[in-house]
Amino acid sequence: MSLGLTRREFLQGAGAAGALTLAPGVFLYAKDPEAPVTDAVRWGLLVDTRLCQEDCNACVDACNEEHNLQDLGRPETDAQWIRKLTVRDPLGGRTISLPMMCQHCENPPCVDVCPTGASFRREDGIVLVDKHTCIGCRYCMMACPYKARSFIHENLTEQLPDAPRGKGCVESCTLCVHKVDAGENTTACAEACHKDGHQAILFGDLNDPDSEISKRIREFGATQIRADLGLNTGVRYQNL
Amino acid sequence: MSIASTRYATLDAGRNYWGLLAVLAGVVLAGFAGFLHLEHEGHWITGMNNQVVWGIPHVFAVFLIVAASGALNVASIASVFGQVAYKPLARLSGLLAAALLSGGLAILVLDLGRPDRLIVAMTYYNFKSIFAWNIFLYTGLLAVIAVYLFVLFQPALARWTRAAGIMALLWRLILTTGTGAIFGFLVARQGYDAAIMAPLFIIMSFSFGTAVFLLVLAAACRGSGRVLGDALLFRLKNLLAVFVSAVLYFVLAYHLTNLYATEHHGFEAFILNFESLYSKLFWLGQVGLGSLLPLALFYSPKTRNCRVSTLVGASLVIIGGLIQMYVIIIGGQAYPLVLFPGMEESSSFYDGVVASYVPSFWEFLLGITGVGIGLILTVAGLGALDILPEDLSDPKPAS
Amino acid sequence: MLFMLSVVALIAFTGASAEGLGPFIPKAKGEQCVEPTQVMRERHWEFILHQRDETVHKGIRTTRHSLKNCLECHVQPDEEGRFPRSSEPTHFCTNCHVFAGIRIDCFECHADRPHEAYGAISRHSRLSLNDMFRKRPVR
Ligand code: SF4
Ligand code: SF4
Repeated sequence: MSLGLTRREFLQGAGAAGALTLAPGVFLYAKDPEAPVTDAVRWGLLVDTRLCQEDCNACVDACNEEHNLQDLGRPETDAQWIRKLTVRDPLGGRTISLPMMCQHCENPPCVDVCPTGASFRREDGIVLVDKHTCIGCRYCMMACPYKARSFIHENLTEQLPDAPRGKGCVESCTLCVHKVDAGENTTACAEACHKDGHQAILFGDLNDPDSEISKRIREFGATQIRADLGLNTGVRYQNL
Repeated sequence: MSIASTRYATLDAGRNYWGLLAVLAGVVLAGFAGFLHLEHEGHWITGMNNQVVWGIPHVFAVFLIVAASGALNVASIASVFGQVAYKPLARLSGLLAAALLSGGLAILVLDLGRPDRLIVAMTYYNFKSIFAWNIFLYTGLLAVIAVYLFVLFQPALARWTRAAGIMALLWRLILTTGTGAIFGFLVARQGYDAAIMAPLFIIMSFSFGTAVFLLVLAAACRGSGRVLGDALLFRLKNLLAVFVSAVLYFVLAYHLTNLYATEHHGFEAFILNFESLYSKLFWLGQVGLGSLLPLALFYSPKTRNCRVSTLVGASLVIIGGLIQMYVIIIGGQAYPLVLFPGMEESSSFYDGVVASYVPSFWEFLLGITGVGIGLILTVAGLGALDILPEDLSDPKPAS
Repeated sequence: MLFMLSVVALIAFTGASAEGLGPFIPKAKGEQCVEPTQVMRERHWEFILHQRDETVHKGIRTTRHSLKNCLECHVQPDEEGRFPRSSEPTHFCTNCHVFAGIRIDCFECHADRPHEAYGAISRHSRLSLNDMFRKRPVR
């Protein structure tokens, strides 16, 4: 932003204002840092696969940068919080491309199976791993239907202040919880996709009928991947 | 040989005994050193990865835990179902079960990403997690076995033997069900989503546990110069043969029910078509080497009264059992998760392809360590406590 | 635990600090800590632990007792503008914890310097660093 202020400083400067209008239709919810999150909101993502380009990797790069997920040259053990998935219909050969990440399930199998309760679902719908109580048993990775989780197989260095990560724990997409709590109302992937001009990823509050994400889902419909499992995912897809 | 007159004695602590203990201690120490290395480096030095998250350590651990439950068979048959011939062996049955269980649990703990947080694992419980229940079931079984052994050792408590035996029997049935359910509950995985997992694990436990028991008994008798009567040995063999057939039957039922549902055809072909490594392991290892060959040895007229064939057969059952665990645990993970049924998937994260897994030395070391811990506890127990009857020869006819 | 308590007690009662008896305490930013020094010496870990659970599970992001906030003041650059790392004796947390003989593993996962220190690696250069390590293209 101008004046050398980061967006976060700008927001903090704006005080504890409830909602801030930056531009018409774009609201910023500056969460009161003292208040616990509640289930009044449910954060989620909407992906329009028609807008997602097969050769574009912007969301993945942005996520890797935001959380400093490094490529250690061992693709089988390197962490991936978000990946581009190519899906081809053998009948006719229609191919779609989409970002795949933790679906922030309302009934998350990873949380059900975690022996210590380290995997948990925040009131606002974000599924996280409390890495202080994760013992690294990897049962959640066995249980997740979307292969959304990665185990950290080695010592890490140079972690960023907003993305603590380390050896022996399991991690996955946090829905950029540090951004959400700071009231940025977006995620690194959604931002990057937007910047690249594709606008295939939309972040928003699924509980708020007036939010952009809710409106679009209402108007055009959206699908859950593996809806048969009844997990009520927080990440929805259009034009699958 | 009546029960009242059964006299028990410790193993003589001779050179061989100490030598065996020293070898086992060496294995366990080497394993511990390996564990420290693994803990320091992280899991990248193993073959496990983000696709195959449970590897060789879990194959060994689950095998040992399942076998532990089955090693209690003899105790149950003696104390609950009143089979006199097995009564002298009930103590060994209890000891072996506790030892194997400890070995299996040790592997699971040593393989954790954060083994230093064991205390967390024991203080934070998520009661919805079948894994957390299992922690209770495992430690609980150790306690139940301790009570059972205590009762067996006190002649004054003889009338409680049956009650303690029933307790142990029920507990271990629940425990094996729970262990099977660890996999059975993974609804999203093609290979595991089956209710038959739990009974399959129970019957597997009978088979593996009896095989281990038979071998340990034979070795202990041989090492301590006791005579192990043919009648007793072959009785155990016949029991084992029944269990091996039952496992085969359940495996058949599992695959047939799976074949009935079209959505499982992909996974079934993967295991049955003899193309993938797991399919070859299934047919050659689990079915051929681990089931049909031992059954032939146990039943064919030429070999059924041969002691060596019996011991070879029991060893094959164990090898086949480990292979079966490998097929279930690794094969189930290697087969790709289906996100879009009927579509072809590809990504940088190995979607839509069979995951590769090449176990490393360190994982085998962990697995062997668990076996070592199980055996060292058994051997130490046999040396310290009056576990093994002094006389296991066949009763004289017409006495 | 007992050992830890006795060490805490030792530091607390002797008021060990600059006199050479205690650990070397690097200079912090600002005049006053979020709690009285003595309270911090005895109970800082309780505060951080409590804040940790509040933040992770409830999204409460008050900074008063957060680890990040500790680093903001207590980890300061040297004359050359370089921030000490947790592996170095000049790092505030490390120094005292080595003195007290209590191993902490916070910095195996957490950043060991204030936000500001990461500003030095600009967003742009981090980006190009990432380009070097770019994930393999989608197959
Ligand atoms: S997608 Fe996987 S990791 Fe994310 S909440 Fe659902 S089960 Fe858990
Ligand atoms: S690896 Fe961690 S988060 Fe996952 S189930 Fe185990 S303890 Fe829970």
